[in-house]
Amino acid sequence: MIEYNLAMSRRLSVRALALAALLLAFFGPAALAQLSIEVTGAGAQRIPIAIVPFAGEGALAPSISQIVRDDLDRCGLFRTLEVPPLTPPPTEASPVNYAEWRSRLADALVLGSVAARPDGRFEVRFKLFDTVKGEDLSGVAYTLQREQARTTAHHIADFVYEKLTGEKGVFSTKIAYVVKRPDRYELQISDADGANEQALLISHEPIISPAWSPDGRRIAYVSFQQKKPIVYVQDLQLGKQRVVANFKGSNSAPAWSPDGGTLAVALSRDGGSQLFLMSPDGSNVRRLTSSSGIDTEPTFSPDGQSIYFTSDRGGSPQIYRMPATGGEPQRVTFEGSYNVSPHVSPDGKRLAFIARHNGKYQVAVMDLATHQQQILTDSDKDESPSFAPNGRMILLATVIGGRGVLSAVSADGRIKQRLSIAAGDVREPAWGPFIQ
Amino acid sequence: MPKNWIAPIHALALAAAAGLILAGCAASPTQEQSPAGVEERKPGEGGPETRGAKPGQVPTIDLTSKKQAASPLTDPNNILSKRSIYYDFDQYDVKDEYRPLVEAHAKYLRDHPDVKVLIQGNTDERGSREYNVGLGQRRSDGVKKMLLLLGVKESQIEAVSLGEEKPKDPGHDEQAWSQNRRCDILYPGEY
Repeated sequence: MIEYNLAMSRRLSVRALALAALLLAFFGPAALAQLSIEVTGAGAQRIPIAIVPFAGEGALAPSISQIVRDDLDRCGLFRTLEVPPLTPPPTEASPVNYAEWRSRLADALVLGSVAARPDGRFEVRFKLFDTVKGEDLSGVAYTLQREQARTTAHHIADFVYEKLTGEKGVFSTKIAYVVKRPDRYELQISDADGANEQALLISHEPIISPAWSPDGRRIAYVSFQQKKPIVYVQDLQLGKQRVVANFKGSNSAPAWSPDGGTLAVALSRDGGSQLFLMSPDGSNVRRLTSSSGIDTEPTFSPDGQSIYFTSDRGGSPQIYRMPATGGEPQRVTFEGSYNVSPHVSPDGKRLAFIARHNGKYQVAVMDLATHQQQILTDSDKDESPSFAPNGRMILLATVIGGRGVLSAVSADGRIKQRLSIAAGDVREPAWGPFIQ
Repeated sequence: MPKNWIAPIHALALAAAAGLILAGCAASPTQEQSPAGVEERKPGEGGPETRGAKPGQVPTIDLTSKKQAASPLTDPNNILSKRSIYYDFDQYDVKDEYRPLVEAHAKYLRDHPDVKVLIQGNTDERGSREYNVGLGQRRSDGVKKMLLLLGVKESQIEAVSLGEEKPKDPGHDEQAWSQNRRCDILYPGEY
């Protein structure tokens, strides 16, 4: 599939643009519909790394080394170097002249190869080298079907990322989001780089609050297709939509427990908006909160012990925490008069949320031990923050130039990405889990 | 040739691609289910006038003098055709100016105990979508409570919220926001 990066189009001439459109006419319109991702801010110190085109990689599409380069460049922690064509093309087994790579200013190096097997499958091998220490950091050999080239490249990028940063990479994860077009709403999921977009639901009525199950196999969401909010769960493989909560009144804000066995939701069936727990099939409903205010936006801590949620029981919307089994909520946010949309980091140490100051709605992150908080963004209509499963980036929805876009920002605010769709507003993002 | 000239073949390709993109859609996404069952409204009264027939004569029907009473719910001269209650920022009590409207709908519902209404609460676009679902619910619950106090049965009313998701005015200023802070009363056939 041809990839069409909208960020590049402004630099392309109109004739090249027309040629791309001609190619798209053959390869299908889906490519233009996908999320495009621009890096708008990079990390303070990026590791310079050379990813040499894998010997024989022309046999697979897309180019393995190109996907690895794009992943590492996009995450803001690496700067991939231009590599001049080398003859003969080196493989992972070739001897490495560390001094020569250091002179090219590379701190790290990846070499690899692609070979076709007689049974129609392929073998992809690679090795990662630390050129500064002159060390072989090992690698992996994969056997794959042709269609798995892209997936394999993401795995390689994850390996490199983890070896050089000590964190797990998220290049093999997925994201969910809602696209609003003039005539319809779409619940979409795509790879973390925007490829392989797949529509889960297309509706004339709004869709909000997608929530991934911890095993990544199901998504809960709220749809207004019956003229009121109803919670659905959809199995990604089977594609069927199942009503999980359609009580009298409004049903919304689904959140999964870390073991996948419980859904927390906000229901107005007993009056107001209160939190309830239920099984993911909608059975075994029990009430969790009792307040005269609005209780909503529940989210579990990663250890499953606590639920954070938004409540205005104290007079203004603030974030509270309570035991997941029930009990007295404790207030967590005390600055300002509007703190909503909590989401806990995967290590349980930080809380991302939306804080309103001077009329601006911005993402804030609080250290849960010290209660120190800082504002991460300088936009003014931020919504729905969620952490990447490795905790490094926060994905959020915002408005830029009147258009709904997604933004990903690192904890120190330096790395920034903008994710947008050509002919629609994007909102309601949710970062998918690591797939086991 | 000028820098932004597109060769005819490229223009044709652009048009073809545009056509494909407009027609194209994802392969097998879930289509929304059909909406909840719709209750039949009582038909209006009256019909064409019929003149009595003498034996041997075919009866005449004069279609030009059709008399059909409009439903009060959609008669622009009737307060019942007004369905919307508006709110100030962060408020959810029914303002005095809307009491006559709510009282009129309460009377209609008391007189027609089989009719069920859906009250949809809405908010302006500012802030969290889910918290706005809660705020819209607070508004629709307020209208429901007033109807209950006026003698309407619980089983005749469902109060829900659309949050900020279905604005009447898509603008981004107070003019638009004031139109969107609103409850709508919907009768069968309308939801």
